[in-house]
Amino acid sequence: MTYEASDEGRGGLAACPACVAVPAAERLAELRRIEPSRLMLSLPSAYCAACISTVEGALKTHPGVRSARVNLTLKRVSVEAEPDITAADLAHVLEGVGYEAHELDPGMLSMTETDRQGRELLMRLGVAFFSMMNIMLLSVAVWSGAEAATRDMFHWISAMIAIPTVIFCGQPFFKSAWAALRVGRLGMDVPISLALILASSISLYETMHSGEKAYFDAAVMLSFFLLLGRYLDHRSRALARSAAEELAALEVPRAIVLEDGIEHLRPIAQVAKGDLVLVRPGGRMPVDGVVVEGSSEVDRGLLTGESLPVFAGPGLAVSAGEVNLTGPLTLRVSAAGRDSSLHRMADLVAVAESARNKYTTLAERAARFYSPMVHILSFSAFGFWMWKTGGDVRFAINISAAVLIITCPCALGLAVPAVVTAASGKLFRKGVLIKNGTALERLAEVDVVVFDKTGTLTLGTPEPSNLDSIVEQFQSVALALAKASSHPLAMALAGRIHTAPAEVTDLREVPGYGIEGCLNGAKVRLGRAAWVGVESVPETATYLSVVGQTPVAFTFTDTIRPGAEAAIAGLRAQGKAIKLVSGDNEAAVSAFAARVGIADWVAGALPAEKAALVRALADQGHKVLMVGDGLNDTGALAGAHVSISPAQALDAARVASDIVLLGRDLSAIADATRIAKQATKRMVENFEISAAYNVIAVPLALMGAATPLAAALAMSLSSISVSLNALRLK
Amino acid sequence: MQILAILIPVSLFLGFVGLVAFVWAMRTRQFEDPQGDASRILTTDYDDKPAQSAPDA
Repeated sequence: MTYEASDEGRGGLAACPACVAVPAAERLAELRRIEPSRLMLSLPSAYCAACISTVEGALKTHPGVRSARVNLTLKRVSVEAEPDITAADLAHVLEGVGYEAHELDPGMLSMTETDRQGRELLMRLGVAFFSMMNIMLLSVAVWSGAEAATRDMFHWISAMIAIPTVIFCGQPFFKSAWAALRVGRLGMDVPISLALILASSISLYETMHSGEKAYFDAAVMLSFFLLLGRYLDHRSRALARSAAEELAALEVPRAIVLEDGIEHLRPIAQVAKGDLVLVRPGGRMPVDGVVVEGSSEVDRGLLTGESLPVFAGPGLAVSAGEVNLTGPLTLRVSAAGRDSSLHRMADLVAVAESARNKYTTLAERAARFYSPMVHILSFSAFGFWMWKTGGDVRFAINISAAVLIITCPCALGLAVPAVVTAASGKLFRKGVLIKNGTALERLAEVDVVVFDKTGTLTLGTPEPSNLDSIVEQFQSVALALAKASSHPLAMALAGRIHTAPAEVTDLREVPGYGIEGCLNGAKVRLGRAAWVGVESVPETATYLSVVGQTPVAFTFTDTIRPGAEAAIAGLRAQGKAIKLVSGDNEAAVSAFAARVGIADWVAGALPAEKAALVRALADQGHKVLMVGDGLNDTGALAGAHVSISPAQALDAARVASDIVLLGRDLSAIADATRIAKQATKRMVENFEISAAYNVIAVPLALMGAATPLAAALAMSLSSISVSLNALRLK
Repeated sequence: MQILAILIPVSLFLGFVGLVAFVWAMRTRQFEDPQGDASRILTTDYDDKPAQSAPDA
């Protein structure tokens, strides 16, 4: 098998059709240039120092790996290795030492690696901090009674530090304020910019005229606290964006294309309609297509929610996303990439998503109220003092600047980002990734939780359920046969039967049907009902026939996902109603619902019905949390108030949901709703705290009694108390 | 009060040194993995150099 590097990075080469023939030489040259490849793997379960040494140790002892470095903050490991090492090998190594690992596409991750905007903000933050500390030093001297020439000198030094700092650090605010003004809006940034500019220019004017009050410290402190809020906000956004990218990168889409009988591993973007694609057992259909060769069974769980595998043979159509179980299949591609049924379903999601984006967050509601208020207060203070003092412009401007500085949404700018940072950091450590900025607030409002069954509450892997009632002789024959196959039902049997296998010879797997062999000269078969020659039972089952004896059925149930019961119990304890909606048949769903203790269930739901059910609940005024993984859930995921999907879910489902569980464990869902609720409470508290400071300080400022010291105190105390309150999150 | 003429430049200079150190740390990407760095100090592996910097995009 040859591996062809993606052409995307060298866009120029693939641009003209005539070039297609040329790269052959270049490719040869490239093969010769032995360059270590950089691989990136996601490590959702790494969290401590021991994890770092285990992971790095395991990778470094793997032949061909040159270096490995874990990034615990992003839960990733980047590996430099010989070109022939694939990420799949490394993921296997890591699974061997007990860590879940997923391959990431380094190309897609490059954006988050070089987070230029974040570093720029951090740089401004550092500069603002330096200036704030130095000016504060000088200001304390002024406040404690420096007089005349000394005060003027301190003011001049402060000015020399503050003015360049405000110009440099205020840029993010000036830019967005200007952008808002140009379209005729008043955002949060307009009063901020006004306060910064007014405070520095008034202070400069006062300094030149040996005035007593200078607000350089306030101006710089303002930019520091606001930048801090901005930086925290940016960081949680960047994390959400990197999460989204990471998810897109989780499944590096490649397909094995057959050309003149030679296999080529290609990115899916390069697969065209009419190509022949080979799908090995255990692989996922990368494209829509029609089977031209081979027969097998396919698992449609992710698309339809069915837990029973379906037969696939020549002439039958398969869709992208289905998993091939037993035999290799060769497909003639009927639709690939954007045209495949997988992507068409994902497109439907976009409509529902835009509706959700209309959600107004707490911060937006606060800003809508706050911004006009600040302007009105400041202008009316100016007008009042102009009238009162009979036209003393200098005094009136001084007052209105003080009002602007004090009311400036310093604590308000920190109120939400500080809480979101604390909460999403906490959830990230529990393996919950918040993809959408407003998801936390929406999650707090949830009162109904709708679960999907296959792949969400269950792992989608079967577990034998009636082994106890089957005699040992049959068990040992079944074990011998099951060991020869990689079909999930066979593997589940082989893993759970603990007797010695019978001596079955001439084992042969018939793809799509089952396994057969010879026991003491007689034929034995394990597989589909029709092939074995019995009536099928309604549950998921495989059948064993031994000549001369009544065939037996081995029935299976789905393995419950770890933490599913804990999550359900936790959500119920929080007073949320729980529903189970599955596309699977009634018998399987009712049995499962009884097992996990959900009384309210719907079986046989089509994708549209799932979405309709969620919409109906929303119309009744419920806020629905949808938890699902399959393509059949995407409509419901996108339509719900907020949605969660496990990392193993299909791309489309993960794109449609706001929150993704990185690990296998579901119990984090209950934590997530609890933390979300607490976080929203903290945000409201933070607004109250900053309002309280304003209620005390604004009248002082309006009366003209606010000194620079009072402004500095109000600003720093409110910002600090808001940040501390955010940290109280448990 | 003459001492101020020395102390103020000194304090400004020291602050500036801090700022330069911060800018240097930023530029050399030492804030890429704060959690990992906090944990790494606890491992017994001999680890004498920082992460190999990612290629600049």
